[in-house]
Amino acid sequence: MATMAAELPVEPRTEVIRRAAARVGTSILVLAALWGLWEGYRWLWIQEGWTWPFIVNDTTMPHLHDIFAALWAKASPGGVGPRLITVLVKGALFTAKEAAAGFAIGALGGFALGVLLAHFRLLQRGLLPWIVASQTVPILVVAPMVVVWANPKLPDSLKDWGAVALIAAFLTFFPVTVNTIRGLQSADRRALELMRSYAAGDWRILWKLRFPAALPYIFAALKISATASVVGALIGELPSSIPNGLGAQIINFSQYYTTQPRGLWATNVIAAALGISFFLIVLIAEKLVVRRAPENLV
Amino acid sequence: MNVVEISGVSKRFGSTTAVEGIELEIGEREFVSLIGPSGCGKSTLLRIIGDLIEPSGGKVVVNRKTARQARKDRDYGIVFQDPVLYDWRTVAKNVALPLEIARWPRQKRKVRVQKMLELVELTGFENHRPWQLSGGMQQRVSIARALSFDPALLLMDEPFGALDEMTRERLNMELLRIWAASGSTVVFVTHSISEAVFLSTQVVVMSPRPGRISEVVPIDLKQPRTATTREEPRFFELVTQVREALHLGHDLERAAPVITQQAEA
Ligand SMILES: Nc1ncnc2c1ncn2[C@@H]1O[C@H](COP(=O)(O)OP(=O)(O)O)[C@@H](O)[C@H]1O
Ligand SMILES: [Mg+2]
Repeated sequence: MATMAAELPVEPRTEVIRRAAARVGTSILVLAALWGLWEGYRWLWIQEGWTWPFIVNDTTMPHLHDIFAALWAKASPGGVGPRLITVLVKGALFTAKEAAAGFAIGALGGFALGVLLAHFRLLQRGLLPWIVASQTVPILVVAPMVVVWANPKLPDSLKDWGAVALIAAFLTFFPVTVNTIRGLQSADRRALELMRSYAAGDWRILWKLRFPAALPYIFAALKISATASVVGALIGELPSSIPNGLGAQIINFSQYYTTQPRGLWATNVIAAALGISFFLIVLIAEKLVVRRAPENLV
Repeated sequence: MNVVEISGVSKRFGSTTAVEGIELEIGEREFVSLIGPSGCGKSTLLRIIGDLIEPSGGKVVVNRKTARQARKDRDYGIVFQDPVLYDWRTVAKNVALPLEIARWPRQKRKVRVQKMLELVELTGFENHRPWQLSGGMQQRVSIARALSFDPALLLMDEPFGALDEMTRERLNMELLRIWAASGSTVVFVTHSISEAVFLSTQVVVMSPRPGRISEVVPIDLKQPRTATTREEPRFFELVTQVREALHLGHDLERAAPVITQQAEA
């Protein structure tokens, strides 16, 4: 038996490091390529005077380095006060708080709902269509209503941002619910039979088999929800005139877009970075939590 | 005393009759193989014994209880053709799963898992993940898991069917050793005539459409079986006897072609 150990795939540390380095290298290459594409497209369209699909100039497609320069410059035109990046990051942190709270509520609620619906098929048949329908509600219309409806019920510490978190939660829970149902039902039939032969109750089957089997599905949903919660928080902020978040900055800079396009572009970059960080956090959590055979990983 | 007593058992799935008129008694410490062509109801019979499905008619008594009660008392260890291990658990944790369900205390569990891994010769692989093991090693883990809570009856549905011939013969030897050591009764489904004869104390030959028991062949080869058992004249006589019983079941049924070991492998 001792000889068998030698057959096992062993992964030396250097191999792991080499693979990580290759990954970082690829990311840098991709970024450089995207940069090149943007600047190349810009240059070609301006050079040739092409107007389709849109006219290219400093407003529609500023230089990328100009956008990053704008981030570093002072926020107000007078050249006083904090840098734009400071203002935007402050806003982003506020929005992140809303999105994170919304994500947590939505993920937990969505999971609980999924467990419930997976367990009671009848409930699932009756309720699922309405849950689907709920997602077609135009969020931009509902957002101010939610703020008006929820604010008076919220304690002071949660006012405004708590309501926005609810809107983010609304966009978060749906993928989690749908994938939780699918994931819980994905458990191997024979594994369920084995559980039956161990005389395991429903509750233990859920925690020891169905839930771990569902984890890859749940994480697939969480990755979608992570970015959706940021979008939800931004959209929630727009119509409810909450001044502290990135949403307010978007409104602010879109008013000056024709004269100072870089401000809006810079806000865009920060909002994207926020979404990407949320996604990456979930991705890392997935790597830590989900253990599967390499061939079973998605 | 008989561990299993089956009388007049039948099972229908819609309009198809999977098994019919099954009468079978299995004594304590017996090693009984069910053999027959695909679709003759071997798995169905095994699953009825293990209370994974209910018979449409007839009676199953296990350890003087109903099959349901026996399952609730954790009298069954089950091994399928695929190991069905949990990717997210280590080898040791996979073996410990039934013990966790049965609420064994942690320390007792640990000792037991260690002992089971010793039994299937996988000491040192406690912290490996299932996918890091070969197919034969995975199946040994699943046998250790099935035996971990000391079930009275081990039900095995073509446990070595997916393995190569050499691994299979080695695991046959190991299974016999484990069977002798654990003192449990085994019901073993297989497609292989020689495997059935080599392992068993009784071979139950089944015929299809509807699934019936056509003959029970007692195997009087001396215990313990060894590598040379397969070379004894008596071994070949018994293999021939089982093969003829299989063909007889077919001839009665007429149309179906003669199956061979190869065709099923
Ligand atoms: N769950 C089921 N639903 C419908 N038919 C089934 C089911 N399980 C088995 N059968 C049928 O019962 C017969 C016996 O099947 P099975 O016990 O699996 O045979 P074996 O294990 O001997 O190959 C086959 O005709 C099969 O199609
Ligand atoms: Mg079968």
